[in-house]
Amino acid sequence: MNTEQVEIRPGETPPRRRRALALVSGGLDSMLAVKVMQAQGIEVEGVNFYTGFCVEGHTHAIRERDRKKPKRNNALWVAEQLGIKLHIIDISEEYKNVVLYPQYGYGAHMNPCLDCKIFMVNKATLMLRQAEDLAEQCAADGDGFDFIITGEVIGQRPKSQLKWTMPLIARESGAEDRLLRPLCAKNLPPTLPEREGWVDREQLHSITGRSRAPQMALAKAFGLEEYAQPAGGCCFLTDESYSKKLGDLWQARKRKDYDLDDILLLKIGRHLRPRPHFKLIISREAGETEFLQGYRYQFSSFEMVSHGGPLTLIDGEFESEEEALWAASIVARFSQGREAEEVTMTWQAPKGVGKLLKVKPMPADDIPKEWHVGGT
Amino acid sequence: MSVAPDASIPELDVRRLLCPIPVIRTQDRVKTMVPGALLDVLATDPGVLNDLPAWCRINGHRVVATDRRDGTIVVRVEVGGAAS
Repeated sequence: MNTEQVEIRPGETPPRRRRALALVSGGLDSMLAVKVMQAQGIEVEGVNFYTGFCVEGHTHAIRERDRKKPKRNNALWVAEQLGIKLHIIDISEEYKNVVLYPQYGYGAHMNPCLDCKIFMVNKATLMLRQAEDLAEQCAADGDGFDFIITGEVIGQRPKSQLKWTMPLIARESGAEDRLLRPLCAKNLPPTLPEREGWVDREQLHSITGRSRAPQMALAKAFGLEEYAQPAGGCCFLTDESYSKKLGDLWQARKRKDYDLDDILLLKIGRHLRPRPHFKLIISREAGETEFLQGYRYQFSSFEMVSHGGPLTLIDGEFESEEEALWAASIVARFSQGREAEEVTMTWQAPKGVGKLLKVKPMPADDIPKEWHVGGT
Repeated sequence: MSVAPDASIPELDVRRLLCPIPVIRTQDRVKTMVPGALLDVLATDPGVLNDLPAWCRINGHRVVATDRRDGTIVVRVEVGGAAS
């Protein structure tokens, strides 16, 4: 903590403590950015934006096999470790425009990383201005935020964290020079907080590149022993398999759109599209079955009766009962009755009555790999 | 600690919703409540057992008790003095 003493003469108001709003993802970089600011005596609050595509411990924990993974929201956990307040804000609806129409295009998959960063910094900028307005209205100087910080590092991410994107994000988001990146600030022109002397530029960092070693060294220096290490970021849109499923959804519906249930369901189960007009979402184990149960009021479903097996949601409509029987035989392949001559399952309309179907499970060789959307 | 059903305590149903939506919905609901009020959050995502207490600690609220009823996790939250 910076304990620099300031002389205050009689009748003078003491300088107020400067406050920063940090974009907290739950990863190490944003955690370090906050630490660097706190070390300079800056008061920090965090904001975490929920897009619907966030990768979290318990998205995986739906699956039995991942039950041992920590079921925690990393952003909340980080905020608690740092001792800061965290505002979690649902931007999933507004965020659709970023995913559907990114001005700066996609990365390797469906990830609109540059537009995403601009959008999030812009939202934080709006919060900063709202806080300023509120502070003015209440004449309660000190409640607003003075600047925004992010854990961005030049060269860390191929699409959004590049030398040329840094000023672009600052400009397009409206944050301008109230946007400070403490981890790589020394490689960038001084920002307002540095020029005004709220922050000491010399105590900021000049980390660049994809190596995580400098961040790990800094974490060690701060005594941080535990932190999340998301591979490939914290967003499902950077995942190849997930992106393929999203592309398939748009193709099948002949329009580029989604709702929250769509994007949650893309995280769960085995997705097979044997025909363009329907897709089967087949649970892979008990945890997923339990989760998919909640969607039976919304989708038609298959449920095994004669043998243990998956719950399957049917996204689309069958053209005939023969087609339903054929689809049921595909699903039976993934049940414990896969070697049986015949299995029984229910075919149930949303909120409707179940109909019993008897089918012979389809041989594995008859299920082409191409039906598996985004891989098996 | 068990949570005895109490019709006078409002419920927030976030069953089937995944992290962090249960926390967001709780956050939004608590903003409309007065300090000292109780809220029962009904969830199915086991993550709430970590997340709601963490969120409460950060924001000055308190988890009074947690329980499981017929596959539903019930977290009783007491709104703190400084609602976030």
